[in-house]
Amino acid sequence: MNEKTGSSEQQLEAAEYQELINKIRPRHTFLKNAILAFLVGGSICLIGQLILQIYTGQGLEQQQAQAATSATMVFLGAFLTGIGVYDQIGKYGGAGSIVPITGFANSIVAPAMEARREGFVFGIGAKMFTIAGPVLVYGFLISVLIGISYFLLR
Amino acid sequence: MGQKLGRQSFRFTKPPVIAAAANIVGPMEGDGPLAVQFDWIMDDILFGEPTWERAESKMLRESAKLALRKINWQPQEIDFFLAGDLLNQITSANFAARGIEAPFLGLFGACSTFTEAIMVGSMLIDGGFAARVLVASGSHHNTAERQFRFPIEQGVQRPPFAQWTVTGSGALALADQGEGPVVTVGTAGKVVDLGISDPNNMGAAMAPAAADTLISHFQDTGTAPADYDLILTGDLGTVGSDTLKDLMRMQGYLLEGNYCDCGTLIYDLARQDVHAGGSGCGCSSVVFTGSIWKQLNEGRYRKVLLAATGALMSSTSSQQGETIPGIAHVVVVESR
Amino acid sequence: MQFLLAFVIGGLICLIGQLVMDLTRASITPAHVLVGYVTGGAILSALGLYEPLVKLAGAGATIPLSGFGHSMAQGAIRAVQSRGLLGAFAGGVESTAVGIVAAIIFGYAAAVLFNPKE
Repeated sequence: MNEKTGSSEQQLEAAEYQELINKIRPRHTFLKNAILAFLVGGSICLIGQLILQIYTGQGLEQQQAQAATSATMVFLGAFLTGIGVYDQIGKYGGAGSIVPITGFANSIVAPAMEARREGFVFGIGAKMFTIAGPVLVYGFLISVLIGISYFLLR
Repeated sequence: MGQKLGRQSFRFTKPPVIAAAANIVGPMEGDGPLAVQFDWIMDDILFGEPTWERAESKMLRESAKLALRKINWQPQEIDFFLAGDLLNQITSANFAARGIEAPFLGLFGACSTFTEAIMVGSMLIDGGFAARVLVASGSHHNTAERQFRFPIEQGVQRPPFAQWTVTGSGALALADQGEGPVVTVGTAGKVVDLGISDPNNMGAAMAPAAADTLISHFQDTGTAPADYDLILTGDLGTVGSDTLKDLMRMQGYLLEGNYCDCGTLIYDLARQDVHAGGSGCGCSSVVFTGSIWKQLNEGRYRKVLLAATGALMSSTSSQQGETIPGIAHVVVVESR
Repeated sequence: MQFLLAFVIGGLICLIGQLVMDLTRASITPAHVLVGYVTGGAILSALGLYEPLVKLAGAGATIPLSGFGHSMAQGAIRAVQSRGLLGAFAGGVESTAVGIVAAIIFGYAAAVLFNPKE
């Protein structure tokens, strides 16, 4: 018995183990998550629409009004993150609070805020782009590709 | 001198005494079911420090000092200070050691560090290399989230099987003589990896290692689960404990009423929003120092098996898609 | 009516993100979702499929990050029309400059002014 070195579990294949885990692991509450994402995401867009109509009501032309709305929503996202509310919304809203541009603002403020302790350059300056950086990189990349394709195909 | 048992275990011939136990926990742990058992509950998670990292280090240092104060030991009388934590290069433990004037050995076993430290400390004493050893391990929820997952204020959803890193630190004073429960047997674990790569599902990643070490322990020592008053794993949480029971049953070992997991004891799972339970270096150390050691000391438990479990990944290895190796170390503590 | 449409379409766009996170591998994080939305929105926009959604739902289509991708794609196309190849490089950034700079400025301010809670 003392000679038994290779444990018997290791004979259990990774695939079999994954099956066992899938049985034991609690499920995501898909339906609840989906409904909450819809409601939270929809509400954020509704607020955006309200702000958009206020700006167009002020006589801003459509594109300017849209840019101003984005900036306002970004402000709201950053502010709610700063006062510690946005992560609570995110706990329930999931993608409903990640996908809107307020979530983009949240992804900038959250790492920057706690990285302040590592300084203003490598802390705030660098860490604010942990998530926003990839978004901008791929956004720019695809927009340039689309521009070039349009130039060639037009 | 100790005696080797089988492949992985050893019996201490002059069992080291756990002379004192001390702990410090965060506000959330202080709101849990074990609140009355803890020595010191922090008012806020910064513990009067400018950063969470410093708070974690201070917890480790103060819990170690508190253990010394309880039995009037001076740091100069300590032969070894053994400590570890979860952060890169175990900075919390290294920095805590600046305040403890004793030879220091830093240990890393992720969340298994606590039993690793007890085991190594007991070996040092039984081997005649030390008369007094101080061991400590701790973790901080916010520093761990930062390092392994997302920023605290990031609006992310935690899956239902995620665990909550315990904010807390526990310390023990081990001696070659004196009053108190004794460490009689240890089993060093092997690294086991059954291919789990989801860093949110740590219980599942560690359960195979726990089963491996427990079975080796029972085989090496010729004991069975029923021989212990309590079998306690470190931080498997609900998912990991259920998995462990299944894995053990497949091998013919039944973990029944005398089995429990520190991660499910430290929080009120129904009331506190921690999903599958607690985890972290501080989980097993505060539960053992807070509750279990006292019950051993009072004789309510005679023989307790503690198996702290660790998930040995880094944020880099997770991003590179590596699977998560697990480890578990066992110590048996008996009352006298 | 405009409000209802913004709510429903915006909600549905977010719902897709939730399903992606819950139903796929655990390695899909919020960062992956955001990158996916910007890229996906830009591609749909280039194919002429996103503009109708914006006309229909207003903020319901522009506030989700796919709308950000849409702005970038349309900016690049407009700039190519007016300035040729150089416009392909400038257009995407120009059309989203307000949002990006607002995010950096407000983000910086919030990071300096506030401390993480919890």
